[in-house]
Amino acid sequence: MKLDTNTINKIAKLARIRLSEQEANDLLRDMNSILDWVEQLNEVNTDDVEPLANISSSILPHRKDVAKDINSTDEILKNSPDKLEGYFVVPKVVE
Amino acid sequence: MEFQSITKLKTLLNKNKISVKEIAETYIKQIKEKKELNIFIYFNEDKIHDQVKEIEKLSNDKVLKGIPIAIKDLFCTANMPTTAASKILENFQPTYESFVTQKLIEQGSMFVGKTNLDEFAMGSATNTSYFGNTINPLSKNDNPLAPGGSSGGSAAAVAADLCLGATGTDTGGSIRQPASFCGVVGIKPTYGLCSRWGIAAFASSLDQAGVFSKNVTDASILLEEIAGHDQRDSTSSNVKIPSFSKNLNTSLEDKVVGIPQEYTVDGISDEINGVWEDAIKSLEKKGAKIKHISLPHTKYALPTYYIIAPAEASSNLARYDGVKYGFRAKDAKSLDDMYELTRSEGFGKEVKRRILIGTYVLSAGYYDAYYLKAQRVRKLIANDFVEAFKECDLILTPTAPSAAFPLNEQQDDPIKMYLNDVFTVPASLAGIPGISIPYGKDQQGLPLGVQLLSKHYNEQEIFNAAFSLEKDYE
Amino acid sequence: MSNLIKGKKHEWETVIGLEIHAQVKSNSKLFSNSSTVFGSKPNSQVSLVDAAMPGMLPVINRYCIEQAVKSGIGLNAKINNHSVFDRKNYFYADLPQGYQISQYKYPIVGEGKVTIDFKDGTSKDIRIVRLHLEQDAGKSLHDQNPTKTYVDLNRSGVALMEIVSEPDIRSADEAGLYISKIRSILMYLDTCDGNMQEGSLRADVNISVRKPGDDYGTRCEIKNLNSIKFIKQAINYEVKRQIEVLEEGGVIEQNTLLFNTSSGKTSPMRSKEEAHDYRYFPDPDLLPLDINQEDIDKLKNAIPELPDDRKTRYISDYNLSNYDASVLTSDKYVSDYYDTIIESDKTLKDSSKIVVNWLTSELFSLLNDKNIQINNSPVTPQNLGKLVKLITEDIISGKIAKEVLVEMFNTKQDPEKIIEKKGLKQVTNTSEIETIVDEVLKENQIIVDQYLSGKDKLLGFFVGQSMKKSQGKANPKILNEIIKIKLSKKK
Ligand SMILES: [Mg+2]
Ligand SMILES: [Zn+2]
Repeated sequence: MKLDTNTINKIAKLARIRLSEQEANDLLRDMNSILDWVEQLNEVNTDDVEPLANISSSILPHRKDVAKDINSTDEILKNSPDKLEGYFVVPKVVE
Repeated sequence: MEFQSITKLKTLLNKNKISVKEIAETYIKQIKEKKELNIFIYFNEDKIHDQVKEIEKLSNDKVLKGIPIAIKDLFCTANMPTTAASKILENFQPTYESFVTQKLIEQGSMFVGKTNLDEFAMGSATNTSYFGNTINPLSKNDNPLAPGGSSGGSAAAVAADLCLGATGTDTGGSIRQPASFCGVVGIKPTYGLCSRWGIAAFASSLDQAGVFSKNVTDASILLEEIAGHDQRDSTSSNVKIPSFSKNLNTSLEDKVVGIPQEYTVDGISDEINGVWEDAIKSLEKKGAKIKHISLPHTKYALPTYYIIAPAEASSNLARYDGVKYGFRAKDAKSLDDMYELTRSEGFGKEVKRRILIGTYVLSAGYYDAYYLKAQRVRKLIANDFVEAFKECDLILTPTAPSAAFPLNEQQDDPIKMYLNDVFTVPASLAGIPGISIPYGKDQQGLPLGVQLLSKHYNEQEIFNAAFSLEKDYE
Repeated sequence: MSNLIKGKKHEWETVIGLEIHAQVKSNSKLFSNSSTVFGSKPNSQVSLVDAAMPGMLPVINRYCIEQAVKSGIGLNAKINNHSVFDRKNYFYADLPQGYQISQYKYPIVGEGKVTIDFKDGTSKDIRIVRLHLEQDAGKSLHDQNPTKTYVDLNRSGVALMEIVSEPDIRSADEAGLYISKIRSILMYLDTCDGNMQEGSLRADVNISVRKPGDDYGTRCEIKNLNSIKFIKQAINYEVKRQIEVLEEGGVIEQNTLLFNTSSGKTSPMRSKEEAHDYRYFPDPDLLPLDINQEDIDKLKNAIPELPDDRKTRYISDYNLSNYDASVLTSDKYVSDYYDTIIESDKTLKDSSKIVVNWLTSELFSLLNDKNIQINNSPVTPQNLGKLVKLITEDIISGKIAKEVLVEMFNTKQDPEKIIEKKGLKQVTNTSEIETIVDEVLKENQIIVDQYLSGKDKLLGFFVGQSMKKSQGKANPKILNEIIKIKLSKKK
């Protein structure tokens, strides 16, 4: 058992996903079995192996520093569930 | 079933034996008839008629003029909503067209609708969709089968004759496995060959667009249209795209085909091994040299994948927060409240599971043990293929460890579900191209696919070998 | 100079490290095409990429890379040929992607140092840990509505350089000098506009206190300060607070603080149990950034003269003090202005110190009164040079020159023309001056007698009166001579 309910809830908080008690229990079971299963990677000796982040061997492409106004405010806000006078609107941030 | 392939339909169209409008009517009728298979998330007759008017104006030399294509609902489309099969993208209407779908539009294709998939492409049975299961068109009435996944809707659409080609995305097998389940051709090209711009991301270092079709020639036609460099995707390859379809040939003279010993896995049915054996024999008979090879880290591909893909997904899916688009939970009292309610109501179980796994393996104290470890093993897996392709031109394996299974069969045990990708995931991690073509059937008459792999950007040789194998069934 | 602070029980040493966020001067954002112009309508400079629409991908702005490299060179830092963009994951309303693209393990610029100069002529090196490129967030407006927050993404994705110092700073004044120096270097390089009011340069301040010789204490971070004045205020408040807590036997809790500019106090920003875990990992949408040495060298060769080089030149070529030279060079525009004056006439090089005074005290006070920046000064450097020359050549007195400068400031005119028009030229004609002196002596017979009886100090009185009579135009040297001679003849 790698995870306990406490850890699951901490992770869920980080990911901003609220879990019911039932969900947390199911996830605890599933995630523990997945983590046990991936444990087999420890059999592999990776001492001198460079981590592979992307298989692409090309170099990072660049853009020129040219400003273009392609997207209008309307376009950007079009799908927003709540907007007002050009702003996205969200419930108050409580610090 | 009149139009068996893109090539055949094109001939009819060019000879004026059929109009674009008639094609549209034919497919609209078929789609409506097979509504109960739940293949489409979005289907709208009017939208098809609108396209007909535009397509009719195009000249006949447009490669895909009038060809009915289904689009996996992970591709953003400016004229149809895009959901990624998730409640969280409810009512999302992109203002932009993905690179791949734009290319298809430019060549005159007709989008018949947006196909069902596993939510955010996470699954192997198209059963994690917010919009319900898709049913494999090859199912018998009393036993509904899964079409595979995640691009199950697209594979099923081709198999059910609701289009002549479909787009898919493949992160760990999501084109090849459903192609095998539905008895169609599905190709995942080299990572970077098709731009990811405008495709809702699952795992950025693995996601790759590809196509489904009824035969290898059609797949080669479609792929050469959607491939190509895109300045808006920093991982898009800048290579010249060959004319795959024109270069197609069946010659296997001097080709070495590798058979990896590690793909003989316990619990795989004799039928699948039998089909694999048949394909080996066929290739040998056609002049290829068969070589037994080793890909020693194959066993570790799945656990590696199930660390890397969720890690990337946990970050890629952070943008679905209810602020800019899509679903937002009501009655939240604070911003954090809104995030948590939106994301817990908006995402399904499998997506949440992967987001949490991904969050965990990246979190402080676990990054090195899980994520970094997986990246190192990924390097070894990629190296296995580099070494193997020093000895062979192609690798032949089964596509999936089973034929299409009954719906709901694998829903409870995630690891069992993940095992569906055992043969497809290694190539995804290595970024190499792979095709699945139907090759034989099991006792129930369900199709079984074989997979051909090759080194980066060697799609042509894959098409050629597949083209050659396909002849066995004509 | 000791920076130790006396508490009630002990002496304390302040330890400060700064993270400066400097906005890269560029036309478009770090990973998208949209404009970086300040002050536009809300959400009018937002691309699909900046709004994190599904399927959108970042493509890096080449110029921003060059700007970071140039800045690194200006900070005497190591430029890394290989660097990596990482995602820093957290949720916030103005962070549309749910992560910030930043650099974590492999920044584009490594270790460097900058020198700060004190009034007493000494200086000190502050070590730089790193400079990395990252995206700015959008802006949240919390005070528009009682239950809602409004979000503007215009800034979302603008390129920032985060410059991290070692904890080498020991006082609020040093922190101020350090930021001014960084700002000055970036402005010389034209890699940041240095506009702190618009937020182009802002700082997070890490503060702890310790008894001299002890290990570092627990630190607190004050976030997002955008003026040097506030930075100093915040530091002074926070140091006092920490010392009080410690002397009363308490412990400092590691906290992120906000500085309230109206109360002058710091207060904790987030509660502790929500400790952040940013889950950095390489952004899979981007490849590593590899810069070849040739490109770095090309940028190196194009680096303009920087404040420290200029300072050295001023000291050696113009004989200025270290402090004068550092004051002049700390602002590129001031320094450019000074250089233009000196270059406008070859004789001015010998009056370099006089030029400093006329620039930094006389002209500055006029500019400050009207809140005008030096680069918009109505007095051109050429004209200020002419004015100084008129003084050094005894054509006008310093006193007259001040009047002339005011006139120059108000009318943008050439000083020679003003003098001519107003007849302010100094009188050097001895007979004219003799006449004036004779008149003054005649009018003040009693005082002449007092002088002659031994009150030498009264000489000044005659000088003053004569000068007044000449309307300030008499050459003071000649005037003095004549008065002395005339009086001695009366003895
Ligand atoms: Mg900071
Ligand atoms: Zn930062």
